[in-house]
Amino acid sequence: MIAVLALLAGVVLGVWLDPTVPAALQPYLPIAVVAALDAVFGGVRAKLDRIFDDKQFVVSFISNVLVAALIVYLGDQLGVGGQLSTGVVVVLGVRIFGNVAAIRRHLFRA
Amino acid sequence: MSDEQTETGTGWPQPAGPGRPAGPAGEPDPRPDAPDPDELSPLAPAGPVEEPDRDERSGAGAEPVEDVTVALPTSDEAAGEPAGDAGEAGGSGASASVRSRFSAAGVMIAALLALLGFTLVVQLKTTSTDPTSGATRQEDLVRILSDLDARENRLRQDIASLEESQRQLRSGEQGRQAALDEATRRADELGILAGTLPATGPGLSVRFEAGGKPISATRVLDAVQELRGAGAEAMQISGGDRATARIIASTYFLDGENGSLVVDGRRLTGPYTITVIGDPATMRTALNIPGGVVASVQGDGGNVIVEDREAAEVSALHAPIKLEHARPVS
Repeated sequence: MIAVLALLAGVVLGVWLDPTVPAALQPYLPIAVVAALDAVFGGVRAKLDRIFDDKQFVVSFISNVLVAALIVYLGDQLGVGGQLSTGVVVVLGVRIFGNVAAIRRHLFRA
Repeated sequence: MSDEQTETGTGWPQPAGPGRPAGPAGEPDPRPDAPDPDELSPLAPAGPVEEPDRDERSGAGAEPVEDVTVALPTSDEAAGEPAGDAGEAGGSGASASVRSRFSAAGVMIAALLALLGFTLVVQLKTTSTDPTSGATRQEDLVRILSDLDARENRLRQDIASLEESQRQLRSGEQGRQAALDEATRRADELGILAGTLPATGPGLSVRFEAGGKPISATRVLDAVQELRGAGAEAMQISGGDRATARIIASTYFLDGENGSLVVDGRRLTGPYTITVIGDPATMRTALNIPGGVVASVQGDGGNVIVEDREAAEVSALHAPIKLEHARPVS
């Protein structure tokens, strides 16, 4: 419940403050957001599986984001940033789909 | 994959290790960690990660406010936190402070989720406000730019070549028009000289009236030569029966029977009238010189009447000459 409220608060803040993304962060922000979404869906699924662990969630959330951004940064340095970020998005998307499928099975038994 | 996720809940079980070197990577997300050290500094996994993040969050002015607002309600609980976390970090695990640890992690989770929502909205807004170039990487932008540059160059060259050909065509058209005008003008001149075109202009009407003996071809030829020498440009001769012949370079005059005159094979009877286009004063003077045409005819008993014409009409035509042997040199 608190998590949902915090998420809503963040959304409201984002809408209200309406900041501009610094140019240096622009390539990484979408990837980081997708990685965080992956972590969030994983957390929801773990919650439903009743194996949710706060610390693990926090750590995995941060590390997800950091690793995703690191991969993209590395790709940019190597000159394959576009392709690598596409790969990261694909991998994270597959994971999100898997997590959402598990959540769906929990919620709807189907 | 699903097995792995079932175990870890979030997929990537090993935390901060890989994240450390990423410090300079411009990492946006770990910002919420920053306020936490004030309250939860001993928390093991968050501690290492937050250090690099702190340096990078300088650009994000809005973040601390959010974090503080989320964190404040639980600050009192967080105050009691270090003991529990220290115990956990020491590996003893699950001691009495389950409640406080839960709240600290909850704060973290709330902060992270708030940050997620925040960045999600920011990213969505950024993408929607600038859909084309906002989400495009620098190298793609450079490639697009160079593509556009090359395209611009090509189009510029096309424009230049098309303008060049347009200029050539225009000058060619002008030249052709000028040549056509010139050719038309020359054709008119030559047509008048060759007797194939009618002509009009100031000139004279010279009437030969026979006296005792008829006008001879020699007299007429003398008159024609005199007029030519005085600058006559077009001439025709008509007889008493209105028969008319154009006088051109090849015209010949013969004495015919009964005092008639044969001009180019055509038989004319007197009196003869030569209509000539040219400078009237000069031609009149040429005809009237002492011992000239007028004097000769009058010596034969005839008469020559010279009249000025404002617009002398030379309307008789000579059939075009068909050249059989001569060819233009070109």
